[in-house]
Amino acid sequence: MNLMYVPAIAMVAIFMIYPLVQGVGLAFTNWDGYSPTKAFVGFDNFARLFNDKTFLTALINTLIYGVGCTVLQQIIGLALAVALDGAGRSKAFARALIYLPVLVSPVVMSMMYYFLFQYDRGALNDILVALGFDRIAWLSTGPGTVTIVVLINTLQFVGISMVIYLAGLQGIGQEINEAAEVDGARGLRLFRSITLPLLRPAIISSMIINLIGGLKLYDVVQVLTGGGPGYSSHSVSTLIARSYFGQQAAGYASAMGVALFVLIAVVSIFLVTRMDRTGKDI
Amino acid sequence: MATTIAPQRTTSARVRRTSRIGQLGRWTFIAIAVITQVTPFYLALTTAFKPITDTTSLWLPPLSGGTLDNFSTAWNSGHLEWALENGLIVTVVSTALTCIVGAMAAYPLARRSTKLNRFVSLLILGMLMVPPLSILVPLYTMLAQLGLLNTYISLSLVLTTIQLPLAVFLFTQFMRTLPLSLEEAAAIDGAGLTTTFLRIVLPSLKPVIATVVILTSTNVWNEFAMSSYILNQPEVRTLAPAAASFFGSQGNNIGAAAAAALIGLLPILIAYLFLQKYFVKGALAGAEK
Repeated sequence: MNLMYVPAIAMVAIFMIYPLVQGVGLAFTNWDGYSPTKAFVGFDNFARLFNDKTFLTALINTLIYGVGCTVLQQIIGLALAVALDGAGRSKAFARALIYLPVLVSPVVMSMMYYFLFQYDRGALNDILVALGFDRIAWLSTGPGTVTIVVLINTLQFVGISMVIYLAGLQGIGQEINEAAEVDGARGLRLFRSITLPLLRPAIISSMIINLIGGLKLYDVVQVLTGGGPGYSSHSVSTLIARSYFGQQAAGYASAMGVALFVLIAVVSIFLVTRMDRTGKDI
Repeated sequence: MATTIAPQRTTSARVRRTSRIGQLGRWTFIAIAVITQVTPFYLALTTAFKPITDTTSLWLPPLSGGTLDNFSTAWNSGHLEWALENGLIVTVVSTALTCIVGAMAAYPLARRSTKLNRFVSLLILGMLMVPPLSILVPLYTMLAQLGLLNTYISLSLVLTTIQLPLAVFLFTQFMRTLPLSLEEAAAIDGAGLTTTFLRIVLPSLKPVIATVVILTSTNVWNEFAMSSYILNQPEVRTLAPAAASFFGSQGNNIGAAAAAALIGLLPILIAYLFLQKYFVKGALAGAEK
């Protein structure tokens, strides 16, 4: 019977574990990505990471993308779930529209948002001009671009958090809410002392999904800005591709890959163990 | 009597008034959220249907008459017909492989909880943490050395592997809820493992197969990073990379870019229209890990 998982294990071994292990090996070399020779350089690539302003910017951006999107998605997603909980055609319609961007390719989503933020004929600038203000070059500064990337990714995937919280709210059930109301809890108080604690498992699983997604972020940055202006909006993922294909720094790009994997592994293991513990509490 | 009724009335009136303000706030918030989410789609529509000469604001519909020029530019110079076909091939192959390999792997993992099998489960699920870009360099090198770049099968295998952890997890969870009695009865009747799996287990997986198919096919159809590097020639390119090519190499022909974006999302939109509840079920199933 165990033979049945051999194909799955083989695929994972060939296309994930083997490249992962080989990536660790390459990270200790100065390989350029095409020549047959490469030299062992020890920890040079890893030491270089900590002195490389470009990489550190990308690392900080990656954390901003991961944490920023996660926090915003939980707040907006929870607010939407509370507002849209319950039956009714107009609520169902609103839920369907808010969820829609989840299904769209991030590439397509970024292209469509470009029409909002572009300088000439940008929809946002048209509003500013109509109101008598000057145009703003939204995508011309590092911090501005990073903020816009966070916003786009948040709005695209906020629907996932919303449906997770909607399911969580339905799980709480009417009896608990009514019992709490009899005891005098209402409005914000009910929300804080009953709803929020009971949603804790939903909050943690939603956060894990959003955080891992945000830390892996590639598409939006690559399409909307290409990492620019300069290198100011790169995530680690886009910088890896840039270093490998643009600068033939395969060894160095592998070191970044290892660093990114370690970062995501540490964060997810931390969150998953927390989830297990809360599961036992209940 | 009258004295007891009066205070009750004021309380209910007050509750009614606050709830009316609450309702107004709630629906204002919902309206803002919906408008925000729909705006990019609306702007893509107006951009795509306006001729290049029409430089009016993108908020306005094409008042001087719409055009399909942008769509024909996208279709012809972006080779979207190839991209749709390539995307369809890779999506169908990857989705089928993910379902078959995933369901097969899940069966022993769901039915035999040995130490080895728990380790295998954890190993497969742990692959969710691997960012695709972190294995890009070795993976690309390996495929290049094997001469497998720009082949449908290599991208399909890579994307199947990326989708497998979630699929195996969903199948395992679902199989654990199935009663053992049917499989035991089949075993008593002398059915082997293959017969039991094909005749008894597989047919009862229909609901979870629907979930896996929807999750996998949208993810593969929308995939960009791996697709753009492994299939980098225009002849084999899939949809997301083809749409993205309108930003950059061809300058910024935003009309054609918008048309390409709309063509790319049309298949998903149609599927969502008919299968909405399965899509949401898929998202929830993925969250319960």
